[in-house]
Amino acid sequence: MCAATFLGWAYCRDRGRVATAAGVDVPEKMKSQIPVVLLACGSFNPITNMHLRLFEVARDHLHQTGIYQVIQGIISPVSDHYRKKDLVASHHRVAMARLALQTSDWIRVDSWESDQAQWMETVKVLRHHHQELLRSSPPMEAQNAGKTPTAPAAVPELKLLCGADILKTFHTPNLWKDAHIREIVEKFGLVCVSRAGHDPKEYILDLPILQQYQHNIYLAQEPVQNEISATYIRRALSQGQSVKYLLPDAVIAYIKHHRLYTTDSSWKDRSSQRSKGNTS
Amino acid sequence: MFRSFCGIQNLDSKGGARAFHLDQRLQILTMDKSEKTDVVLLACGSFNPITNMHLRLFELARDFMNGTGKYRVIKGIISPVGDAYKKKGLIPAHHRIIMAELATKNSNWVEVDTWESLQKEWVETAKVLRHHQEKLEASHCDHQQNSPVLERSGRKRKWTEQRQNSSQKKSLEPTPKGVPKVKLLCGADLLESFGVPNLWKSEDITQIVADYGLICITRAGSDAQKFIYESDVLWKHQSNIYLVNEWITNDISSTKIRRALRRGQSIRYLVPDLVQEYIEKHNLYSSESEDRNAGIVLAPLQRNTAEAKP
Repeated sequence: MCAATFLGWAYCRDRGRVATAAGVDVPEKMKSQIPVVLLACGSFNPITNMHLRLFEVARDHLHQTGIYQVIQGIISPVSDHYRKKDLVASHHRVAMARLALQTSDWIRVDSWESDQAQWMETVKVLRHHHQELLRSSPPMEAQNAGKTPTAPAAVPELKLLCGADILKTFHTPNLWKDAHIREIVEKFGLVCVSRAGHDPKEYILDLPILQQYQHNIYLAQEPVQNEISATYIRRALSQGQSVKYLLPDAVIAYIKHHRLYTTDSSWKDRSSQRSKGNTS
Repeated sequence: MFRSFCGIQNLDSKGGARAFHLDQRLQILTMDKSEKTDVVLLACGSFNPITNMHLRLFELARDFMNGTGKYRVIKGIISPVGDAYKKKGLIPAHHRIIMAELATKNSNWVEVDTWESLQKEWVETAKVLRHHQEKLEASHCDHQQNSPVLERSGRKRKWTEQRQNSSQKKSLEPTPKGVPKVKLLCGADLLESFGVPNLWKSEDITQIVADYGLICITRAGSDAQKFIYESDVLWKHQSNIYLVNEWITNDISSTKIRRALRRGQSIRYLVPDLVQEYIEKHNLYSSESEDRNAGIVLAPLQRNTAEAKP
């Protein structure tokens, strides 16, 4: 039995997760897959094919475990109050993400974070979206301990999707609140996508809080090296170079139409890449 | 505005100095005295299947060549290899052609050519280059007298109109200097394959770099540079070999795509959506398809080894 928590859903969820993650024989009634929603926070300045790949790779990886069924992906662009250099207005970044996702049947963009009057820590965004999932889920009674859970009535698990470099940023002093890191890995979970040949495990083992919840950190490998950084995109655009095939055509058309990214100062100042641990 | 040429090898000081002060339009204005050479980029390969990386090669090469101020890239041609190439895992040409056409549907300058794939026997790359160069020369002769030049989008533009414009208003597009030149577009792997025994005829390699030219997109310029240095024929014609740095590591190889498909993994955003849908609809790649031509000798190896025998 798990240590009691104040939310019923966490109790059931924790028990289920620990049992399966430890490789313990899963009782037949627990074999129904756990629905998962992936949330990616970041500037998306602009959104690129690499961002979209993260979702695909993460979904494949979770499905391969046999435990999870990824039912939704959410892109949550950061608000303008983040004040990152060269950040174009959030309504543009949201619009571009929307265009990029036109052809996706499971990923959507959400503007709640960017609509807020101030910058939101990642954990708050997770909490918000988790609340939303609870609100739109069937009642809790079906999930009491002892009863056979009727699949797939379980509340989806919300996991933070990111590049493995985010794990590294957890080590940066004062970038993340300790309590937030704990909440992210304990209550929610991380799916980190890294490049083939890079092993982010050391980032986990180096930090006690991550090591403690490593069963809740999923490391997916992207075999195709595809480092389409938004920084590069912005620079290329400002120099009149082509970015076709690096981001969806509809996004490129939008950028041209609204004359975004025509000037770029990122090459001038590489020192202050202030990051809250989000994808660029 | 600082302007990067993505690692241009032979940056002439005039163009470089100007780039620091002026924007692109002014740069071309000052160059209008020297006429630009029209260039057609030709990419040969299996395209099994075509990926976003293949398409990027064209974009990178065009930006680069146009950026030299000496060239104007007017067309890109994708020429998928014929089935007679006998490469392991090569699926029928008509599928590969259709996928390439779907992939270039939204491009106004890159197109697919089926001539090579329609030949019964495998065709050496040098011959494909020659075929396309001759085709350009033939249509250039036809069009020299006031005939409209048909652009891919269907827009017609008269040569004479163009000449008038260039003299009247210091045109952004100077008069083209004669027949367009075909150049081979490739990745570093093709360049380095020149070293594989019996894969290429040495006279073909010479012809490719001497008569046509190579634009090679590389990740780590130094390997390609080393390869050129170590080859006498490539070294001799190095001014006709352009190495373009690909700053974004974009390793979307067709092999990895096929592997992902066999494993039920997503290839979305690695290939154009239409290509992904087509592959899925026709279930093109599997363990069975990967076994095609297993044990069969690759056509160039077969041919060059046979011809080498006395």
